[in-house]
Amino acid sequence: MNIGGILLALQGAASQGILWGIFVLGVYITYKILDIADLTVDGSFALGGCVCATLVVTHGVNPFIALLIATAAGVLAGAVTGFLHTVFEIPAILAGILTQISLWSINLRIMGKSNIPLLKTGTIFSGLVDATGMKTSLASGLIGLVIAGAVIFLLYWFFGTEIGSALRATGNNEDMIRALGVNTKMTKMIALMMANGLVGLSGALVCQSQKYADIGMGTGAIVIGLAAIVIGDVLMGKVRNFAGRLISAVVGSIVYFLIRAIVLQLGMDANDMKLLSAIIVALALCVPVAMEKYRLKHSYSEGGEEDA
Amino acid sequence: MLKISNVRKTFNAGTINEKKALNGINLHLEPEDFVTIIGGNGAGKSTTLNMIAGVYPIDSGTITLDGVNISRLPEHARAKYLGRVFQDPMRGTAADMEIQENLALALRRGEKRGLRWGISKEEKEQYKTLLTRLDLGLEDRLSSKVGLLSGGQRQALTLLMATLKKPKLLLLDEHTAALDPKTAKKVLDLTEEIVNENHLTALMVTHNMKDAIRLGNRLIMMHEGRIIYDVRGEEKKRLEVSDLLKKFEQASGGEFANDRMLLS
Repeated sequence: MNIGGILLALQGAASQGILWGIFVLGVYITYKILDIADLTVDGSFALGGCVCATLVVTHGVNPFIALLIATAAGVLAGAVTGFLHTVFEIPAILAGILTQISLWSINLRIMGKSNIPLLKTGTIFSGLVDATGMKTSLASGLIGLVIAGAVIFLLYWFFGTEIGSALRATGNNEDMIRALGVNTKMTKMIALMMANGLVGLSGALVCQSQKYADIGMGTGAIVIGLAAIVIGDVLMGKVRNFAGRLISAVVGSIVYFLIRAIVLQLGMDANDMKLLSAIIVALALCVPVAMEKYRLKHSYSEGGEEDA
Repeated sequence: MLKISNVRKTFNAGTINEKKALNGINLHLEPEDFVTIIGGNGAGKSTTLNMIAGVYPIDSGTITLDGVNISRLPEHARAKYLGRVFQDPMRGTAADMEIQENLALALRRGEKRGLRWGISKEEKEQYKTLLTRLDLGLEDRLSSKVGLLSGGQRQALTLLMATLKKPKLLLLDEHTAALDPKTAKKVLDLTEEIVNENHLTALMVTHNMKDAIRLGNRLIMMHEGRIIYDVRGEEKKRLEVSDLLKKFEQASGGEFANDRMLLS
């Protein structure tokens, strides 16, 4: 194995991490801000990819327009979950699973088969590749960086506005913000739509960068998203401001894909990656609880103050 | 101001846990009435406040506030008219948000929230002045997270938030019950100050009979979902705790008042 090959693999992984970073930002909105684990994302990520590939390949749509439509499709998927959750009070996790499962069938219907290659069509990255002669993975990393930056900027702005603040408060103390006159069904709906819109966009970008869409491309995505958030938290836990935390989600995503590339280079089976991701997330959730239990157990002293 | 007519509410109707929480409540509040509500556990005090706020739908009757029939409005729509402080200090504020962010959310109660920035510079100055008055040292901590405050500080902040935009009716649901006596007194004094200064109409549920007598111009006693005693003005001022205990015993058919009421 040569060094050049490894560097190339790492650079590809970083690019992939940036494009997935937009997905992670979507997960961040639901998991961290709204405080619900939205499982729609597995389906809406694949939806974004499938819609994009079908539009570009089958219908000859401009790749940029395809990105927008894929985003809109994601928004719609989020709206379905939001509708089930807010109007019919189905628990958020279950509502997400229902949408996710139905999207599997819908995605197959959209594509008409289980995968579509984008080999002969242009993508939003091909212009830069043709003009400069750089590799597609580098071009997608650079363009991804610009898009991720724009998304972070927009999210930072939105969550500072009146509606955005109400949305943050919904995730923090629903009783309180309802008593202050906010329709929390509406704020949850908005959050789920925004989140899945970003997820759909990310799915479309990943599809154009890897030059195919596959029905299984979103399977286990939620765990990747959570793992990236956890990694971002660990690396940039000291950064408390909101913009910093959004950036940490994307950084977490990049680092996740770098780790992935390294363990794959070291000979790990690609199929074991999901197990590794799940272990990372499980550990991140277990460690604080275990530490608290340990602390409580050891702060007990029969005599009182002195030993504490 | 507030007019509650024949409001009924039964929880878990038709099951073994059926509980008639409100049994035809009638209550008419004049503007600037400050009413304290007492009664044993399960008398329907908190339920009354929750029905006004729209936490649960009522079974029958009407609730009118300043001429508007709010009986069937959803909770968030009624919020426009109501300021609320809960018993649990954790419930009234968003712990992970800054003090000024909490206040900014409260300033926009009942107003359309748009894409304007969530907090303005002038507001911050206003908050600083208001917090200085609380005398809790919060004026220099505008950008601290509310989660870092003590229960008493959070409750004082909630009270400020509930009245930041003048409500037509202030609902206080045992808002000092979770505080230590000294802090409770401070929050109560602040309550009285804010209510008097802003000429607010208020309903305050309390378990403390001395407070119920000392504060406000009118006192209501509830029992088994009904209002059994309603006293105001001079008559209320002359009340003693022993009078209330006697009333309570009569109402509950000789049963002795519960410990919490005796101790207060």
